[in-house]
Amino acid sequence: MYQEMILDYYRNPRHFGELDSPDVQHREANPLCGDIIEVQMKVKNGAVNQACFQGKGCAISQAAVSMLMEHVQGKPVSEVHAFSKEQMLDLLGIPVSYARLKCALLGFKVMKMCTCKHLGRELGEGFA
Amino acid sequence: MFLPESTIDSVPQYANVSASANDSAIVSSCKSSFPLLVSQPKLVYFDSAATTQKPQEVIDALQDFYETANANPHRGVYALSVSATNAYAAARETVAEFLGARNEEIVFVRNATEGINLVMHSWAQQHVKQGDTILLTEMEHHSNLVPWQVVAKEKGARLDFIPLTPEGLLDMNVARSLLMKKPVLLALTHVSNVLGSINPVKQLVQLAHTVGAKVLLDACQSVAHMPVNVQEFGVDFMVFSGHKIYGPTGSGVVYIKKELHAELVPFLFGGDMIQEVHWHDSSFAAMPYLLEAGTPPVAEAVGLARAIDFVRALGWDWIQTHEQELMITCLNGLRAMPQVKILGTTTPAMRSGLIAFNLGDMHAHDVASVLDDAGVCIRSGHHCCMPLHEKLGIAASCRVSFGVYNSREDIVAFLNALTKACEVFKLEQ
Ligand SMILES: Cc1ncc(COP(=O)(O)O)c(C=O)c1O
Repeated sequence: MYQEMILDYYRNPRHFGELDSPDVQHREANPLCGDIIEVQMKVKNGAVNQACFQGKGCAISQAAVSMLMEHVQGKPVSEVHAFSKEQMLDLLGIPVSYARLKCALLGFKVMKMCTCKHLGRELGEGFA
Repeated sequence: MFLPESTIDSVPQYANVSASANDSAIVSSCKSSFPLLVSQPKLVYFDSAATTQKPQEVIDALQDFYETANANPHRGVYALSVSATNAYAAARETVAEFLGARNEEIVFVRNATEGINLVMHSWAQQHVKQGDTILLTEMEHHSNLVPWQVVAKEKGARLDFIPLTPEGLLDMNVARSLLMKKPVLLALTHVSNVLGSINPVKQLVQLAHTVGAKVLLDACQSVAHMPVNVQEFGVDFMVFSGHKIYGPTGSGVVYIKKELHAELVPFLFGGDMIQEVHWHDSSFAAMPYLLEAGTPPVAEAVGLARAIDFVRALGWDWIQTHEQELMITCLNGLRAMPQVKILGTTTPAMRSGLIAFNLGDMHAHDVASVLDDAGVCIRSGHHCCMPLHEKLGIAASCRVSFGVYNSREDIVAFLNALTKACEVFKLEQ
């Protein structure tokens, strides 16, 4: 699981930080391990203009959310909203053991909450 | 709080540890009584503080009960029901004798958490008043913290916490002054499930009793590793989980001192805890049945009693010597790795067989995942002690904890896997 790339994103996270006046933001913790992730986004003309995250946690959760922030940059919010778990795991590009799925998907869930808030939708099934 | 360099006597490094012949013979025969460890010989199980593996005789006791004695205890006049009743009573006797208690002072529950909730409902809800103080410590498991938060909120009482010294022990000076404020209850753990510290229970109970406080002891992390005698300690309440002492899940014990029995109210209501029932009111059974509503966990109690027999047969001398040796070997091995930060005291005599640590800048989950690939099971996270981790300024930690079946070879395998983890994470060696 711990390829060079994952460790690189963990130690040098991209899109880490805080936005001045975000249009939408959400923060969530994983009570099992105490990982915390907050995502902030600015939206312009229906697309993600800026996205960044803050938080602390394991290499898997931090690398995953950092890659996700990079990925959604400039994309229409509706497309980001439609992004699936499977696509998230593909993006991460490493086999994730069952016990670590929650870590890999924490940032994804937080981003999903942001797009939900922005689009005025409910979070779908499968997000415990 | 982190282990300072050079505080442990230099003992040979883990690479050349050699177990004493006698000890290793007992360990391998002991290990061979645990079917899970026999069928997975490469597994290094270092999470006994979360739950222990089960010896064959405990598994057999469960099966044997269901195959030969199963019926609802206390409810049938037929011989089979009597044998179930007898098996349950015998299990209670074994537990009582093990703890130095009387039979009626022992209540069976599912686990320690339920036990603390029982004390909360059956005693504390009646005895904690507005403005009272409940005294805890900064090293309590959530199970011995959250129930007291609820009581404090409901009653308008306050919670005080005995703080820790930089070494990770209870600060006894502050403990004394907090006790001077006359709390109604001191609820504390015998051994910390994160720091491994062994608390001076006897001394604290004496201090607490002089100011009229009752004492609840959480013996989850001690009962399988050192003698716990309720009379010697003088505690008023004591709880532990059977699954942490080689017994089945679903078996827990609450000890309640006889002198307090008149002050108790039932926790759960219904069958088995009654004397007489009428349409509009009922009278209740005596202790311990008062607090055991519904069909009890009979097979689990029988299994727990067998687990206690197993521990007694090994004997405290051997168990304590063996686990201390593992702990010291492991501490020294960890200390030889500059990236490792150990939590808690460095004085082996003040510590039990569990060690929490962090590795460089890596999150505990990442470390545990890499160790898992090498077949080494360690705990990672906050170990149900979030406020303590917050106080230590860390989000999580790794923890190894030992049982009677662990050997020095296990420690070598663990330390090798940890060295490998340093490579994977590209930590400076
Ligand atoms: C010190 C301590 N207290 C309480 C508990 C709770 O035990 P259980 O989950 O079996 O109720 C544990 C176990 O995790 C513990 O280590």
